[in-house]
Amino acid sequence: MLQFAIRRLLIIIPLLFLISATSFAILQAPPGDYVTSYLARVSMQQGFPVTKEEENALRRQYGLDQPIYMQYLKWLGKVLRGDFGLSTAREAPVNQLVKDRLLMTVSLSFVTILFVWTLAIPIGVVSAVKQYSILDYIATFAAYIGVGTPNFLLALAIMWVVLDLGGGYIGGLFSPEYMNAPWSWARVLDVLKHIWIPAIILGTDGMAGLTRIVRANMLDELHKPYVLTALAKGLPIWRVILKYPMRTALNPFFSGIGYALPQLFSGATILGVVLGLPIIGPLLLEATLEEDMLLAGSLLFILAGLTLIGTLVSDLILAWADPRIRIEG
Amino acid sequence: MAEAAALRTQTEEEDIYLAPQWKLVWWRFKKHRLAVVAAVLLSFFFLIALFPNFLSIHDPKITHGKDSLVGPQRINGLWRFDPFVYDLKTVRNEETFALDHTPDKDTKFPVKFFISGQEYKLLWLFKTDIHLMGIETEDGRPFYPLGTDRLGRDIWSRIVHAIRISLSIGMVGMLISLILGVVLGGVSGYAGGWLDVLIQRLIEFIISIPTLPLWIMLAALVPSSWGIVQVYFAITTIIALLGWTGMARVVRGRFLSLREEEFITAARLAGAREGRIIFRHMLPSFISHIIASVTLSVPAVIIAETALSFLGVGLRPPAISLGVMLVEAQNVRSIALTPWVLVPGLIVIIIILSFNFIGDGLRDAADPYGGRG
Repeated sequence: MLQFAIRRLLIIIPLLFLISATSFAILQAPPGDYVTSYLARVSMQQGFPVTKEEENALRRQYGLDQPIYMQYLKWLGKVLRGDFGLSTAREAPVNQLVKDRLLMTVSLSFVTILFVWTLAIPIGVVSAVKQYSILDYIATFAAYIGVGTPNFLLALAIMWVVLDLGGGYIGGLFSPEYMNAPWSWARVLDVLKHIWIPAIILGTDGMAGLTRIVRANMLDELHKPYVLTALAKGLPIWRVILKYPMRTALNPFFSGIGYALPQLFSGATILGVVLGLPIIGPLLLEATLEEDMLLAGSLLFILAGLTLIGTLVSDLILAWADPRIRIEG
Repeated sequence: MAEAAALRTQTEEEDIYLAPQWKLVWWRFKKHRLAVVAAVLLSFFFLIALFPNFLSIHDPKITHGKDSLVGPQRINGLWRFDPFVYDLKTVRNEETFALDHTPDKDTKFPVKFFISGQEYKLLWLFKTDIHLMGIETEDGRPFYPLGTDRLGRDIWSRIVHAIRISLSIGMVGMLISLILGVVLGGVSGYAGGWLDVLIQRLIEFIISIPTLPLWIMLAALVPSSWGIVQVYFAITTIIALLGWTGMARVVRGRFLSLREEEFITAARLAGAREGRIIFRHMLPSFISHIIASVTLSVPAVIIAETALSFLGVGLRPPAISLGVMLVEAQNVRSIALTPWVLVPGLIVIIIILSFNFIGDGLRDAADPYGGRG
């Protein structure tokens, strides 16, 4: 197990490196650097042009005169120590802007996964056992709609229906009185009161897909001789199903979690914009539109890093649940 | 009787043995009823995409300032084969100061078909001015079957143009991912070795990062000075650059399993060149799988474009795509008052579902020799 964990960790390192390089490349991509935009603002305010020498001095001070790979290494070193630097447009440290949003992003993902699992597994199992029953048809139909409908359109439609029925605005994660309040139990409860709506909308996609996977796997397993044997020995049918085929059927399901996380973060980004959620995605969009590339690049790195960590965790859980994976790796 | 029946099943069986592969695929596809319905539906959308100018009533870019946010105008009397619409009466609401549009039941305008209007080029070739429908009035009063948006542009005319752009982005994006996926997946599966490892790691890298944030940032790098066509291709390429991995996996998997097949070994022993083995022996046996996964990759591109344009970093006005139109629906409170701005979203969902159904049907039909009924 330990060996497996170490091997997975070693795979992550080059991926993290690649992601950091991509993020850095993007935050470097627009013409001009921090000093250019800073000086443009300063000379505008003072109404007095800045000399070339002063500009160069400032560049040297920020280390912007060094070759690009040195700048990258310095940036990476800071980032690995958890220091993402200053956001130019907002004139605030990136860390401070991100802290609460990071927590909310992780919470939303966690609640969504919880919701998807608690529903997708039983629905998938039941619709396989009772194949071609009404429930199976409903589940199949819902799965098609769930896969076919982009989350943000679903969110728009739901918001419209709720507003139309007089239910009020369903976006956001906080009630107005808790928006800027410090953390307390009441605030946590308030979040819980709001978070289930985006979690359900965000979960439809993944749930539809997972239900199909569980159903297909169960159908494959149900017709194997060992199930027949267990039934012939007189075990009650639900015990047979829960004890044998379901365990096998869930295996490929666990291995899919790693790929589900990037999708989850993608979906949360646009859903966050539509529902006005205080998570990382919408801030990334704002920062990009304001051309605050340092903030945007850092956020991209954080999101991608989160995905990798999530994938690692799910891999470890999977290996713990299924010994075969530990060995084959 | 019994003899005749036996004879019939025998010829049917012979049919099955003699039928070429595409025929078997077609027979299997026909059994998937939803896929057939979806195929019919989608061909309608492609027809719309071919003739948007003919179907539109107004120039989609023209704003009718006075007619901001008019609700869909009902076409009455369709069942009497005498379609007409009522005139619009616009009054200022005294409380909210907004313009209210109500049908004026005293004036009727007959809806005429194949009516002449603005000149355009049919299929980029023939100059004509015939439009599918419209009304004739002295003061040139317009007619809005699906209502208007905030700037008073006719949503029906915009939608038929948007369908062309959105569908074509789906197709172009699919084509780019297809080329990337087939080349890289093929190299990976056929050559193996370090190239395979490299390409596999690249794929793992791409699917391990959340695509939408990366798309947003790449799309934001597209210079704002670029024209519609340049932005169109830039956005499509950006979407396809992250979308080819699924295709590459399918192709690689097929190559890997085919490489071990006896008929490939036989061809190789008979002295066939590599090119001949790939194109003559391998390709025909997995082309149907490629078509299936190609069909399933189109909706992903369409969703991506819609999402990016909706967020304001994809196509930009004056380009018209379904996503650009949905920008109108960003404000929830305005949706509650003018729900018809959501119609482009409905169209997106129908198109995506159709592609998904067809793709599912094709995937089931792709292997007509397989056991599943």
